[in-house]
Amino acid sequence: MATIQISGGRIIDPSQDLDFVGDLYLGRGRVLPFGAGGDDADLVIDARGMIVCPGLIDVHVHLREPGNEEDETIATGARAALAGGLTSVACMPNTRPAIDTQAAAEFVVLQARRARQANVFPVGAVSKERKGEELAELGQLVAGGAVAFTDDGAPVASAALMRTALEYARMFDRVVMQHCQVPELTIGGVMNEGFESMRLGLGGMPAAAEDIMVARDIRLAEITGGRLHIQHISTARSVELVREGQRRGVKVTAEACPHHFSLTDESLRSFDSNFKMNPPLRTWPDVEAVIEGLKDGTIEILSTDHAPHAREKKMREIDLAPFGIVGLETLLPITIKCLIEPGHLSWPQVIRKLTWNAAALLNLASKGTFRAGADADVTIIDPNVRWTIDPAQFHSKSHNTPFGGWEVRGRAHAAIVSGELRFSRDPSHQSLIPT
Amino acid sequence: MRRSIGSKPAHAETPWRDKHLLGLEDLSRGEIESILDRAEHHANRSAQSREKSQALKGRIVFNLFFESSTRTRTSFSLAAKRLSADTQDFSPSGSSLSKGESFIDTARNLEAMGADILVVRHPTPGTPKLLAEHVASAVVNAGDGAHEHPTQALLDLLTIRRAKKTIEGLTVGLLGDIAHSRVARSNIWGLTKLGAKVILCGPPTLVPRGWERLGCEVAHHLDDVLPRCDVVNVLRIQFERQHAGLFPSIGEYSHFYMMTQERVKRARPDFLLLAPGPINRGVELTPEVADGRHSAILDQVSNGLAVRMAVLEMLTSHTGPARDGGE
Repeated sequence: MATIQISGGRIIDPSQDLDFVGDLYLGRGRVLPFGAGGDDADLVIDARGMIVCPGLIDVHVHLREPGNEEDETIATGARAALAGGLTSVACMPNTRPAIDTQAAAEFVVLQARRARQANVFPVGAVSKERKGEELAELGQLVAGGAVAFTDDGAPVASAALMRTALEYARMFDRVVMQHCQVPELTIGGVMNEGFESMRLGLGGMPAAAEDIMVARDIRLAEITGGRLHIQHISTARSVELVREGQRRGVKVTAEACPHHFSLTDESLRSFDSNFKMNPPLRTWPDVEAVIEGLKDGTIEILSTDHAPHAREKKMREIDLAPFGIVGLETLLPITIKCLIEPGHLSWPQVIRKLTWNAAALLNLASKGTFRAGADADVTIIDPNVRWTIDPAQFHSKSHNTPFGGWEVRGRAHAAIVSGELRFSRDPSHQSLIPT
Repeated sequence: MRRSIGSKPAHAETPWRDKHLLGLEDLSRGEIESILDRAEHHANRSAQSREKSQALKGRIVFNLFFESSTRTRTSFSLAAKRLSADTQDFSPSGSSLSKGESFIDTARNLEAMGADILVVRHPTPGTPKLLAEHVASAVVNAGDGAHEHPTQALLDLLTIRRAKKTIEGLTVGLLGDIAHSRVARSNIWGLTKLGAKVILCGPPTLVPRGWERLGCEVAHHLDDVLPRCDVVNVLRIQFERQHAGLFPSIGEYSHFYMMTQERVKRARPDFLLLAPGPINRGVELTPEVADGRHSAILDQVSNGLAVRMAVLEMLTSHTGPARDGGE
């Protein structure tokens, strides 16, 4: 396999606390030791002025295949991931049928291999058909490639089933990811419950519906010793509960999505369904608490909850439109605008949440690091380029974003997966990219 | 470009000239008063003469109702006819909507048939706004879910103004299911902009916490606040709320909130009783109270016609002549 020299970039690898300007060498699909490369690389990428980091990992995306290929496919989603700078994504099992068997997990792995874009890791369902009744065959899901378990989209409502899942999953050292929300408190809900839902006359989803399940599941993780991951955390109280659980030594982690640290429920005054997601946009105090949680490390991971929906589904009455927004191609610029530019997080802190921490969550031992011998997955970021978010330019099949028209700074310049340049904005690279 | 909500100064003196009527939250005091003034003109004129106005001759008004309504739709139809417009009702049952056509497509079809004004009722909040962004016709919100029902609030305001001469300084009680009521929301915007004090009264499940932030007083015991009210507007209890378990029984609701003769005796001698209807006699009101001397329920209906005439006329007054050059 060809060797690649990435030259003159700012190399940031939080797994080794590295942050320096230099060259990175890749060969035989692996990261080579620093300084070990020669001048004879097959491809030299000029990364001056760029950030070079281990390939970014998104632990939470929806790729819709099988069953809703009108919204996204594994190929288009994995392509959008690369365009957003993500070389690995973990896809949620709420497909049709659900990813609740070994065969279903293997289908995802196979489609991802065929697509030859970003790595795609299936997350298996916690329960059969995601019904929240019987445990799915977790061990066989692992054999099929599942890196974690969740019924995401639907919370595991039964405390008994959640306890069993946390306990049983310990056998495989896999994390149980939970969409925390008490379902009976959010029936008919379209947006956060509060002053804004009251004035708009839209059904509300109270923050307490999330808080209550976060509190419950932290206790269940505590008594079982299982690994719990709180998906798309959105409320101030939930952040506090996770912080307090971690202090007690509970194995609980949390992720936050860009929309939950950049937007509030006031956006719903537009009645635009691109502001409708689950969990919903909350209030400014919640946004501030999420940012604080990201700053003090309570929230170890950044994710997108990339949720593509075809235009005809989203462009309708707001209570009938499905929840969710695309996020792969806006993750970096929104994170830069809302976390890095205001000084909340440094580049190494952001990259840690998207590399080393995400790899640890999913047990991806050879990813998220530039240690010698690691998988040659690399993201090259141009941190300064100014651009305007235009949904029509997205690689994703769907364009449902609330960030259209935002003036932003920074985007992925190139992405290398398994030592292969698979995405680049440099015109001179186009002939090198496999199709 | 979307106009941000509430962007105008509260006391702008300019008459209302918007392209659509989506809600009262968007309007200034001066704009609301200009509609009421014009409505008052129509109310006075109707009392004297049956002669039609020619203001909307050659215009086409579609009533696009995605939710059942008899009185509001009839009132809009008659208002349009009194202004010499051509009107057509469109309701989704039996139409292409049952074949999966989206409501935006439906509205575009009606627009292609020449609709100048779309009067829209829909169970989803924000739908008239969504339509207004997709069609060139003027859009009038005739009720969108629990969001707004601006012409109902305008006719309530007109009824109060005609009976009490002014709205400034009055105390108005809104009684019943506030949380799920578009009439309540539009009334709150209109009344507070015009200087009234608003008291919201109902059980906490129907008047939850937080409404004080709209500048209202919240009360749960009618007997405590009734003596302070110049106007009581009795909102209809929606029976599905009771099925949802938000209060234990109709009987218990009536016990606390039904306007009875006993309660009327404890109210101000000149208090005005409004009800947007359809009323449930024996639940929110006893028949004697509904038909009693304080009741303005039938005035509301005739004022509703005048308000809708004013709205339709003012919407078209600044959009140029009708397409066919109606005289």
